Amino acid sequence: MSELYRRLPLPFELYEIGLRGAGREELSRISREMGLAMSLREMEECRRYFSRKGRDPTDVELQGIAQTWSEHCFHKTFKGTVRVGRRRVRLFRDFIARATEELSPPWCVSTFRDNAGIVEFEDGHALAVKVETHNHPSAIEPFGGAATGVGGVIRDILGVWAKPIACLDVLGFGPLNFPYDRLPPGVKHPRYVYRGVVAGIGAYGNNMGIPTVAGAIYFDESYVGNPVVYCGCVGLLPLKNYVKRTKPGDLLVLAGGRTGRDGIHGVTFASLELSEESEEVSRPAVQIPDPIEEEKLRRGILEIADRGLASSITDLGGGGISCASGEMAREAGCGVEVWLEKVPLKYSGMRPWEIWVSESQERMALSVPPENLEEVVGIFEEEEVEATPIGRFMEEGPLRVFYRGHRVAELDLDFLFSPPLVERRGEYRAPSLEEPSFSPPEPRKVLLRLLSSPNLCSREEVIRTYDHEVQGGTVLKPLQGEHGAPNDGVVLKPLPASEKGVVLSCGLKPRYGKIDPYWMAASSLEEAVRNNVAVGGRRIALLDNFVWGSPEREEQLGSLVRACEACYRFARGLGTPFISGKDSLYNESPLGPVTPTLLITAVGVIPEVKKAVSVELKREGDPLYLVGTTFPELGGSEYYALLGYLGKSVPKVRLGEARRNLGVVEEALQRGLVRACHDLSEGGLAVALAEMVLGGEVGAEVDLSLVPSGGRLREDFLLFSESNSRFLLEVKKEKEEEFRRVAGRRASRIGRVLEEGLLRVGRGGKKWEVGAEELRRAWRSPAW
Amino acid sequence: MGGGGGGAEEGVEEPSMVRACIVRAGGTNCDGETKVALEEAGAEVELVHFRRVLERGLRGCEVLVIPGGFSFGDRVRAGAILGKELAGRMLSALKDFVEDGGAILGICNGFQVLVEAGLLPGFRWGEVQAALALNDSARFECRWTYLRVENGGKCLFTRGMGRGEVVRMPVAHAEGKFLFPAGREREYLRRLLEKDQLVFRYCDGKGRPAGGRYPLNPNGSFFDIAGICDPTGRIMGMMPHPERAVFGWQLPDWTKGESPPLWGDGRKIFSSLVKELR
Repeated sequence: MSELYRRLPLPFELYEIGLRGAGREELSRISREMGLAMSLREMEECRRYFSRKGRDPTDVELQGIAQTWSEHCFHKTFKGTVRVGRRRVRLFRDFIARATEELSPPWCVSTFRDNAGIVEFEDGHALAVKVETHNHPSAIEPFGGAATGVGGVIRDILGVWAKPIACLDVLGFGPLNFPYDRLPPGVKHPRYVYRGVVAGIGAYGNNMGIPTVAGAIYFDESYVGNPVVYCGCVGLLPLKNYVKRTKPGDLLVLAGGRTGRDGIHGVTFASLELSEESEEVSRPAVQIPDPIEEEKLRRGILEIADRGLASSITDLGGGGISCASGEMAREAGCGVEVWLEKVPLKYSGMRPWEIWVSESQERMALSVPPENLEEVVGIFEEEEVEATPIGRFMEEGPLRVFYRGHRVAELDLDFLFSPPLVERRGEYRAPSLEEPSFSPPEPRKVLLRLLSSPNLCSREEVIRTYDHEVQGGTVLKPLQGEHGAPNDGVVLKPLPASEKGVVLSCGLKPRYGKIDPYWMAASSLEEAVRNNVAVGGRRIALLDNFVWGSPEREEQLGSLVRACEACYRFARGLGTPFISGKDSLYNESPLGPVTPTLLITAVGVIPEVKKAVSVELKREGDPLYLVGTTFPELGGSEYYALLGYLGKSVPKVRLGEARRNLGVVEEALQRGLVRACHDLSEGGLAVALAEMVLGGEVGAEVDLSLVPSGGRLREDFLLFSESNSRFLLEVKKEKEEEFRRVAGRRASRIGRVLEEGLLRVGRGGKKWEVGAEELRRAWRSPAW
Repeated sequence: MGGGGGGAEEGVEEPSMVRACIVRAGGTNCDGETKVALEEAGAEVELVHFRRVLERGLRGCEVLVIPGGFSFGDRVRAGAILGKELAGRMLSALKDFVEDGGAILGICNGFQVLVEAGLLPGFRWGEVQAALALNDSARFECRWTYLRVENGGKCLFTRGMGRGEVVRMPVAHAEGKFLFPAGREREYLRRLLEKDQLVFRYCDGKGRPAGGRYPLNPNGSFFDIAGICDPTGRIMGMMPHPERAVFGWQLPDWTKGESPPLWGDGRKIFSSLVKELR
């Protein structure tokens, strides 16, 4: 260590960093050597602040600032300004939040402010929802990375006093048959990552007794070096328990697991691109999961919530105590002092800054009025959970940190929470693509190959390893009935005394983004809504989760802007507000950036769970109706991908049509006219039909010449186009008249349900068919 | 909620109310829905940490329920630590409890606990004579199973069901493969059958034994065993989860019909229990 770092004459390790005298090169060096991942501009801002204070910062201070200012914690890109041509936009304010503000539905309780988005549910109860990503940790240590991702998002739900009632997980991996010799050094094979991630997710949710009910798995070559791991959680809370009112004098209580060296620099690690050295350098950034600790912590927290003993709560995630204490103080308009020597440690010998920024798992911070401390600690003790006062909120003033009586940090909260906002340039360049020209292969064979394709085949192998029934509230399951039919969404019934249900669904269309991120975002959003409506959901709220490459690249940022523009337009247009979201940028590895990936999660409600509609066909003789129009939109489709094309004609969303079609299906389901329903997405009409057949005990016959289309389409286009806003419905025969009145011209009768388990497709005089068992076999045999 | 008498004042004996104690440890996580199922059947339910049970015993309750979950994180083996805690500290108290007319139900992790405690199969009180081993699939399995009721009437918990009846409940476990000690399988099975201790076997939809076939038998259990009771019929353990099959809307295929049936098969276990103990 050079003169840049001066050890202070104290009985423990504390360094003063010679920031004031440092030049640009030295500033960068400090950032690098201390693992701060701060930009030169941010380092200069720190230098300015401490020059004004007339002193140099300690390592505790600089480390704490780096945590709070990290992309992970502060979302500098989304809050900052992007210059696109002559325009200047702010992604969060101008697009995401704007849709919510303009819609501002009365049932939104809290959006974007807290650990999770909160919407009203029933009878004084609300739903809290959050989705996070844990990509980098999962790349380094798949099991631990994914498990702590689940643990972290569950704590977000506990962080608004809610009881976790469901988990959802959307995963992206490289192809499982990726050749080993093409793996760059330091990159783990997709099969290893896949197994570890799936096991980690199952282990955490199962151990905590939270059903893992929804999700998706998507394979793309760009995920080889950087897997995508979205972890989501839904919670239920009595609104009266939603308390956030820390007062001066309240104690800062740390509850849960002990603090160790695991998870140091997790958030700053998130802003670095993965490299060959990540394994060695960043392994300590991955935390160690202990779901049983969190299970006990949950019991304690929910008991404290019911008794109203604490004044506020937040989770310890990225940045550990440094972020949690600062954020709580900031939120309450208080100052805070923290006594680091009080923090229970896993082992001795930790330096103060390590305690300050450690991201050890299963910890929560509560603010507790002193008179309630004993009762709060007692409740945790009953659950065998450690709870320790480690600080106090003050009338005003800065954040002060002490260690064994010595002040080791003092930072003004205004400074801490005003990082220099970035202004970056974004420029979207449309790829030059063309539509392929080919003669159509035999549709029957294509259908079977599509069903076996990695992105469409059955996920039963994975879903069965997740406990999706625990808590006894899963009404519509991820796998329905004997054959494990893939429902579009799941329905939960969380309140024993109420018939009302929660509907969860997702939308994810990474391949469309290779053609145009705008239509990718539009399609993802509409798919999430469509999936929700298809099982009976309404009053839908959305969550946005972006996984992109480095925002320091103009084209990455440009495509992000385009995706956000679509998010605004279609959320606003469909009347579905965003209530929470998160962005994970810097998803890059030696293989380059990930395909820009947007996950939209939709949370709806269903007034009566018994009106939920599942996907499999049910009764012979029922008519089959197609809602929506089929366009020649095969760009980015699974069909093209199977044939080795990308194409150009990416599916669009036509707002008027989308609204009307969603409305028809919503009303038909609400009136109880529909026996089975499926949205049309990957693989188009053919795959939707096949899934409805393979999930049930009956069959289907359709005539493609009855499919309404924009222009006269080839048979393969009618079958495999992925145009949005379409649904396939089995209408109850006895309700057909009523359905026709509801649907008007929006729906066309294209066939009927057959007694025999097979799918028969005709056009004009020509017909082909395939048996249900053959469909099932193909669907269950992934073709790698 | 529920159909029980209700209105019991504190301190007043209400003979028609069955009092159930759900015991939990860190990692227990099916206590909420088990409570709902018991209350639905008319029992009065108290949720107690096992340390409290060790301290104050089982006074004031007629049924002890050990629900599903991962007590102590399944460390050592599933159910081992809680099983040893109970066996080590309350073996004779539990014996008295059952002899005095109490009943014990272990579901999933609770079954593992009762086996580890030596209460099931209970050929000799307190002696471990069976195991619930890692599933043949070597992974966690969450799926609905068909079960055939094998009991001839000894088991308190299945008296509301007929012998040969086929019922459906989901399993969700990684360690549910019922095994007897190698070399003693036939002898122990004979004892089990002789004393009418076999309660549930995995079967197909028509009631034919699974014969070890996956996924009908989801874990590879010996003789397709899904649940057994002790020689008195007052202690039962089962891997499937009856508390997740209480209401018709919990069934995996209720959407086949116009609307869900009112009840699922799991309810019969809780109502038998309440009826027998009332």
